Amino acid sequence: MLDIKDLHASVEGKEILKGLNLAVKAGEIHAIMGPNGAGKSTLANIVAGKEEYEVTGGEILLAGEDIDELSAEERAHKGVFLSFQYPVEIPGVTVTNFMKTAINETRKAQGIEEMPAKDMLKKIREKSELLEIDRKFLSRSLNEGFSGGEKKRNEIFQMAMMEPKLAILDETDSGLDIDALRIVANGVNKLKSEDNAIVVITHYQRLLDYIVPDYVHVLYNGKIVKSGTKELALELEEKGYDWIKEEINA
Amino acid sequence: MELKEKLVSSFLAFEDTVDIDAPVHDIRSEAIKVFEEKGFPTKKEEAWKYTSLNTILKHDYSVFPKEENTLEFRDVKKYFLHDLDTYKIVFIDGKYSSNLSETTHDKIDVCLMSSALTKDKYRPLIDNYFNKIPKEDGLSSLNTAFSKEGAYIYIPKNKLADKPIQIIHFSTGKESSLLLQPRNLIIVEENSHVQIIERHQSLTENPVLTNSVTEIFAEKKAHVDYYKIQNDNQNASLIDNTYISQETQSLASVHTFAFGGHITRNNLNFYQKGERIDSVLNGITIIEGKQHVDHNTLVHHTSPNCESHQDYKGIFDEKATGVFNGKIIVNKEAQKTNAFQSNNNLLLSDKATINSKPQLEIFADDVKCSHGCTIGQLDENALFYMRSRGIGEKEARALMMYAFANNVLESVKIPELKSRINKLIANKLNVHIGFDL
Repeated sequence: MLDIKDLHASVEGKEILKGLNLAVKAGEIHAIMGPNGAGKSTLANIVAGKEEYEVTGGEILLAGEDIDELSAEERAHKGVFLSFQYPVEIPGVTVTNFMKTAINETRKAQGIEEMPAKDMLKKIREKSELLEIDRKFLSRSLNEGFSGGEKKRNEIFQMAMMEPKLAILDETDSGLDIDALRIVANGVNKLKSEDNAIVVITHYQRLLDYIVPDYVHVLYNGKIVKSGTKELALELEEKGYDWIKEEINA
Repeated sequence: MELKEKLVSSFLAFEDTVDIDAPVHDIRSEAIKVFEEKGFPTKKEEAWKYTSLNTILKHDYSVFPKEENTLEFRDVKKYFLHDLDTYKIVFIDGKYSSNLSETTHDKIDVCLMSSALTKDKYRPLIDNYFNKIPKEDGLSSLNTAFSKEGAYIYIPKNKLADKPIQIIHFSTGKESSLLLQPRNLIIVEENSHVQIIERHQSLTENPVLTNSVTEIFAEKKAHVDYYKIQNDNQNASLIDNTYISQETQSLASVHTFAFGGHITRNNLNFYQKGERIDSVLNGITIIEGKQHVDHNTLVHHTSPNCESHQDYKGIFDEKATGVFNGKIIVNKEAQKTNAFQSNNNLLLSDKATINSKPQLEIFADDVKCSHGCTIGQLDENALFYMRSRGIGEKEARALMMYAFANNVLESVKIPELKSRINKLIANKLNVHIGFDL
């Protein structure tokens, strides 16, 4: 689903990714862990198409297609979804209207006609129930005055609505209490299928108790330096990152 | 000949067309003297520091159109709120168009200023109300001197105007350049309600300058909602002088949608003359090219326990320039006044300009007055957020601009008008948004 080959990227002249390789197949969940400043969020934003980041080498393939030249919206149309670490507040646009616009713009780009209002409402109802979101919430301005947990739950609600092929969850666990974490993880697990892939970026192992990854990678200094199974996450939780740094620098 | 001299000398010819023995004519004669003395404002005056009329005063305007022009409704239908039953007072090149209008004298008067100024039965009201509030500045005086035609609306006590009233001024371009000076008088008596929509529309590229004066009287407990649609073409300029006098417990709101025109200047003045009055001044400005919109507002609080709310949003692209100058005066007697003013602006280009200036003169000590002004650009993070959800860049920008201006639209009480304004904004931004905000 996602093939990243020797990716180099910089922002404002500073190189952040320094030859990153990652292959995620459909039906898999991958976790990317690593210390602060390793480039985890940069990776998420680059795959989603943020223009401030400059790709200086390598390639990003989505289902075999090079997406490097595509805009953020074109990537979304092809099934890329990023759950933001810091979702942006957009006063004046309700959650419902935002989702209607996002889905219909995407359908338009895919050459499908707009979703009938009845189907849209049904879908909104189903997915909001999945994330245990109060209906009143949906007529509020997007993210405006939402708590940290509400914002994250809303991100996964959007994921449920958009049904992406590739979802990247950037620090979705940060700011969540244990109940919200359970709801969010449960939502993600229900959305998981043989046809999509999920990349979970996290600092802590905690989320991975709920969303169990097939593979765990350690991102350090702009590269994947170690890959393993979910046991690697437990080891990192126990021992921290220093031993990895030492291993690399040795 | 300069425009000022031309106008002063035209006054003699104008006098041939009106009854110079009527008391109103004394007011006109005084006004032409004031105009002769003061002339047009220049940038040397503080209130005109950022708006120059030089480019629009150089045309050789026709002051009195020679012929009556007509228009077919189907050709100008789009400028009307045609999906809504309304009264209509329509002018073509300054002259009343009976075939496009729908007036009434049934319980309320929705008719012509020319009737009100000449017929005896209106005389007591004219004596009481005409030209009682306009400032004695050059532009208002110029309008007063040539006051003859416009809309006259009278809602007697305890009456609800049964439908909104549209006042529309068309200019056809039959004259190579045209000066229009409509004069409106709106009297809303105790406990009565009215909604008015005003629009100026030039139908060709020939220069038009409109210098209008509107006097509005909201008596005790009256409600007046006034909506101005300013979406004219590149060669049409508008100087709108609106004066509103409010009595106890009245509510008056003016919404100004400034979406186009060459130079647009709104002089909007509220005078509160009783207690528990509410005044609302809302505006959305969206302009581009070399367009210029200047909002100059005044709210004068004279009595205790009154409120005023001003909310102006501006979006400026390319080389467009905007001015917001909002003055609030709170007299010593006007304790417990709540006066709010906010002016938020988005600049979409490096060459766009906004000059925003609050002026608060507060002489009472127990008041709540606040003002805020912001000037910013569209938030890039928010744009990326929307685009990452599949919303195209153009649509994302438009959605953010809609969202930015949305709270001003929320207070529009006529749904058909709200939806029309939404469409005008969508057209301006060249997008289709699938819902009304």
